[in-house]
Amino acid sequence: MLKLKVNNIEVEVEEGLTVLQVCEKAGVEIPRFCYHEKLSIAGNCRMCLVEIEKSPKPVASCAMPAIEGMNIKTNTEFVEKARKGVMEFLLANHPLDCPVCDQGGECDLQDQSMFYGVDKSRYKENKREVPEKNMGPLIKTQMTRCIHCTRCIRFATEVAGVPELGAIGRGEDMQITTYLEQSMQSELSANVVDLCPVGALTSKPYVFEARPWELKKTETIDVMDAIGSNIRVDTYGWEVKRVLPRINEDINEEWISDKTRYACDGLLNQRLDTPYIKYNGKFEKASWSEVFNIIKSKFKNADKEKICGISGDLVNMETLYIFKEFFNKTLGSHNIESRSDHTYLNPDKRENYLFNSAINGIEEADFILLIGSNPRYEATILNARIRKSYMKNKTKIISLNDVGDLTYPYSSLNGDIENIKNIVEDKHEISNLIKEAKKPLIIFGQSALKSNSSKYIFESVKSFLHKNNKISNEWNSLNVISENASTVGGFDLGLYKTENGSNKVLKDLENHKFEIVYLLGQDSLKFKKQNEFIIYQGSHGDKGAEMADIILPGAAYTEQNGYFTNLEGILQKAYKASYPPEEAKEDWLIINELAEVMNHRKLFNDKDELDSSLINQINLYIEKNNSKEFSDIKNLNFEKELLKIDNEDYYFSNVITRASKTMFECKKAKTNLKSTGTDG
Amino acid sequence: MSLKKVSKEQPKSFEFNSNSLDAAKKIVSKYPEGKQQSAVMALLYIAQRQNDNWIPLVAMKYIGKFLEMPYIKVYEVATFYTMYNLTPVGKHFVQVCTTTPCMIRGAYKLVEACKKKISEKENELSKDKNCSWMEVECLGACVNAPMMQINDDYYEDLDKEKTLKILDEILSGKTPKPGSYRGRLNAEPENNRKTLMDIKNA
Repeated sequence: MLKLKVNNIEVEVEEGLTVLQVCEKAGVEIPRFCYHEKLSIAGNCRMCLVEIEKSPKPVASCAMPAIEGMNIKTNTEFVEKARKGVMEFLLANHPLDCPVCDQGGECDLQDQSMFYGVDKSRYKENKREVPEKNMGPLIKTQMTRCIHCTRCIRFATEVAGVPELGAIGRGEDMQITTYLEQSMQSELSANVVDLCPVGALTSKPYVFEARPWELKKTETIDVMDAIGSNIRVDTYGWEVKRVLPRINEDINEEWISDKTRYACDGLLNQRLDTPYIKYNGKFEKASWSEVFNIIKSKFKNADKEKICGISGDLVNMETLYIFKEFFNKTLGSHNIESRSDHTYLNPDKRENYLFNSAINGIEEADFILLIGSNPRYEATILNARIRKSYMKNKTKIISLNDVGDLTYPYSSLNGDIENIKNIVEDKHEISNLIKEAKKPLIIFGQSALKSNSSKYIFESVKSFLHKNNKISNEWNSLNVISENASTVGGFDLGLYKTENGSNKVLKDLENHKFEIVYLLGQDSLKFKKQNEFIIYQGSHGDKGAEMADIILPGAAYTEQNGYFTNLEGILQKAYKASYPPEEAKEDWLIINELAEVMNHRKLFNDKDELDSSLINQINLYIEKNNSKEFSDIKNLNFEKELLKIDNEDYYFSNVITRASKTMFECKKAKTNLKSTGTDG
Repeated sequence: MSLKKVSKEQPKSFEFNSNSLDAAKKIVSKYPEGKQQSAVMALLYIAQRQNDNWIPLVAMKYIGKFLEMPYIKVYEVATFYTMYNLTPVGKHFVQVCTTTPCMIRGAYKLVEACKKKISEKENELSKDKNCSWMEVECLGACVNAPMMQINDDYYEDLDKEKTLKILDEILSGKTPKPGSYRGRLNAEPENNRKTLMDIKNA
């Protein structure tokens, strides 16, 4: 521990901190532009100057290590003058266009010049003008405003792992640009908009949309992937204007993926705003009571074994729960499923479908094996963590398939499943790598769980890990990247019907055994409709609604309160930021009202009752699960097969992204770049 | 000095020839494993020498791949330093020093000669695209002011006539003798003086 003084108050701090961090610990605020906790230290903006006793010159506190007995002063005239000087230099070339700048109201430069700057300029010369750069469909540039803090460069190089941004030229002619002005090839690129302390990099889709003080801010959870990034949704009236990250060190740190951030314009398009009934192949508007009565008569006349329900990828847990209750209690059916394809599931124990090492655990791992996964697209934030782990520990990473650039170096095998056989039979060098590693990380992707040999891959590797004590209470190396935000929630609530891990409902559906199909926000089914009567409940007019006979307009994730369990099994609540459009209702309410029409009795009296029942159910399930012993599946069949990585369309993965113009632009930018062959 | 523009006309490909490759490998081998990026400046210079005194974008890409570093990092270095040329400057690249000592000794006469013989404007290729000139800051030969550098050689103690003569020879493909044009060796005192002893007010 070090003892030092900040403004004559003694503080005691651990070793290895910088002066700026010490000041922060002592509760003294230091203005800064270039310094950022999550990035390396650059020390080039000079805004954090402080006085240190016995030092003749002011010191850049962000780059100065704190040492024993230092006497740091931050409130002297000397410091004030230094800050004013720096501020004047920074503003020398900064345009006075705050009224037309999108950063206005949340601009570090604006705020800090109010606090620490001077009210007039002595600079009479012409300001410099820097041409705008092309940084793709997400980032708008206004480089004249740039103060060269280099945060964006450091983010791209260190966190995103795409060293495409750089500072060219020097002195007054320095400019930040991408190499030959191509758009940034990263799924995290838009985080530079948040990092930029001025209005040089602003959000292109959000340009001139609103001022920060006009927006209603709701802290909630993202559903674009299974990570459950913590976000803040900014709304203006009904419209969701933008999505920003919230800090959660255990999940997304400070970053969110471009999809999370920019799919929000999809919430405004293609919305289902009123119930529809299909007459002679055409949809016609209807009232809630009409559609409920039709559904009632259909259900009443059908054999309950010929009814099935399939839930989708963005459905919150309350809705899943009431959906299951509705099927089990109101309809008396158990044909209910939350998987949209033939994914292998062993619901025996919760750890079989979770990312057990937790996202934080990735940083401790000393060996990572990816089986049938491209984490860059399946879980962007998780991939950033793997990169962080690699940067910190030079973790050895092996992938069964070559999946292209993952932003960190890894070695890859040929994708043959025979490799897995060799590994679990101790005949492969990787077997030893796993055994020798203290904290190995075996990550199963969706492609592995969807393949024909999925059961063999998963169960044999699991028992191999168990045999070698890699699955224990201290460290569980078994990790699954779940596909969607509602995947884990659906499994926790028991929305599956399985025989040896197969998807029975889907099999029967494909064999056309059902008469009535209830799709709850399910738009990814690849099945040809024959004589089924399809009820679709959801927020967007997409694949599911297209083949439906009755459409019940539901709410999107920003329009209702709801729980989501992320891939690590953490339960998080998403809050209502907006409201469903027109006639549309919150999803749980629709099912509850339908139940009332069917049986003259609501399933739950109100949302609170539903919530508490749900939480009880989950707690009971987890408790029961924890007491279960590890079970081994014997007699596994091995099929010779090449594992293919299912390259899911990253920008078009769910209904919201498919309705989003920005996502379309992103996809276009990416394909254009590929077709011109400027990759090197 | 302003931001150097990258030439619009770019060659399609670039590769080190055997001489350059040897030189590059020798330099890279001086750095420890994994730190080859440190050789980027030397390699850019080698590329510039090989490619008629300028570095095309493909060469930067080539070097980026050669050293396993991102292109943008090579690009940053190439745009930062003034002595890397990013536009064609001709096979004969004339740099006239116009910093104070040379200026006082008549450097602008040399500039006039260049304007007459090569091109009206600085950084502009001559008609046969073989030669260009530019003003530069101190080249460190103030004792022999005024002077100019053509490719690797210094031509010192010049005046307008001598410059015109040198440029004529250069443009006709010959290589004039480098060094002082007032008949002295390097920066030795003139009139065969070896010490300051015999000068009273020295």
